[in-house]
Amino acid sequence: MGLLAYGDTGWGDELFFATLMTLAVASVAMLIGFILAAIFTSCKLSKIRTLNLIGSFYTTVFRGVPELLVIYLFFFGGSGAIMFVAKIFGYSGYIEINAFLTGAFSIGIISGAYSTEVFRGAIRSIDKGQFEAARVLGFKKKFYYYKIIIPQMLRLALPNISNVWQITLKDTALISVTGLVEIMRQSYIAAGSTRDPLFFYSFAAVLYLFLTFLSIKIFNKLEKHYSKGY
Amino acid sequence: MDSLPRLLNATKLTIELTLVSLFFGIFVGVFFAILRTSKVKTLYYISYYYSYILRGTPLLVQIFIIYFGLAQVEWIRESILWIFLKEPYSCAILAFTLNTGAYSSEIFRSAFETISKGVVEASQSLGLSKIIIFFKIKLPIAIKQSLPAYGNEMILMLKGTSLASTVTLLDLTGVAKHIISTTFRPVEVFIVAGSIYLIMTFIIHNFIKFLEKRYDYN
Repeated sequence: MGLLAYGDTGWGDELFFATLMTLAVASVAMLIGFILAAIFTSCKLSKIRTLNLIGSFYTTVFRGVPELLVIYLFFFGGSGAIMFVAKIFGYSGYIEINAFLTGAFSIGIISGAYSTEVFRGAIRSIDKGQFEAARVLGFKKKFYYYKIIIPQMLRLALPNISNVWQITLKDTALISVTGLVEIMRQSYIAAGSTRDPLFFYSFAAVLYLFLTFLSIKIFNKLEKHYSKGY
Repeated sequence: MDSLPRLLNATKLTIELTLVSLFFGIFVGVFFAILRTSKVKTLYYISYYYSYILRGTPLLVQIFIIYFGLAQVEWIRESILWIFLKEPYSCAILAFTLNTGAYSSEIFRSAFETISKGVVEASQSLGLSKIIIFFKIKLPIAIKQSLPAYGNEMILMLKGTSLASTVTLLDLTGVAKHIISTTFRPVEVFIVAGSIYLIMTFIIHNFIKFLEKRYDYN
């Protein structure tokens, strides 16, 4: 257990902060995903054909292409785009953009594609009568969506949001290829310097298991809380 | 566009990894699904925790444990297993097989659970033997039940094989990354490689639809 000591002698503190980093990236990615999902769900539910197509295109591409490929696109493409701009201003060196943002954004786009499907499914399963009743009462669309439809949708979507969260959490392991020091990257560093990959990768697995276990517990509590009235 | 032949060539490895892993994964999945229905508590828990651990951790961790981790254990290096485990190819196949096996075991298990008792009782009262009931009645129903979910799992596995590139294999994603890092044309390469993946996803999707129709007795 000396390998996991907290402080200079072991990897305990490094792995602890790496776990926080994993949680931070996953949370930001999930949030970006929600924002994208809100946009693309309204695209998919819209009556305008072009918007429907844009929504379907988004979910098809980002659920059908491997996560790693998307990460490479943003990892190389992101800094490439910035370097292109810098070249115009006369700077031709290599610029690396923040690994955290690249990672959170690429995982967020994927997470958003899954969330879009979840949100759409949840809105579809809300009774049509609710929409009709709101319209009959003369509520404006904005009002009844925020006050009536979305609260109900979130309750229905909760079990699937839990699934998306777990996918997102596990996807963050892939960001390690960009050098962001989260659980996987930290284990890689520790494994390299102690020559004990078996121990550190197994420990990484334990950390991920702990995080998924905890998430399931929290989501179950939330589900219970929000279905009190039903 | 010059890179298209190289990407297509790498697609072969991606397809191979997917098919081989799925093939072995079915056996692993059926095996653990049967354990899950066992009345022996130990067998039940072995299957339960197998699927819990494999589904609760990232595939990347699993590949790294098998490829980097097992190489460290002396008795494995001295055993005959080492012939397989020193190769990144077989390590990737092993990791993918175990992973898809865990997901498919859940799919198969729930498919068997949905078979109504009435069907089984009816066939028993007709005097059919246990083996005939399993192969001619339970299995076709379970296959039909698990098709949509298994189709998703096939697509997930196809995407999962991209992780083979992290253990030096040059699959579609591995070659795409190599081309991106030498040419710095990420968008073009992403579009080409991404389209190849989407075409494969599309084929799997339609294949499953075709099977669903075939197994639809109504």
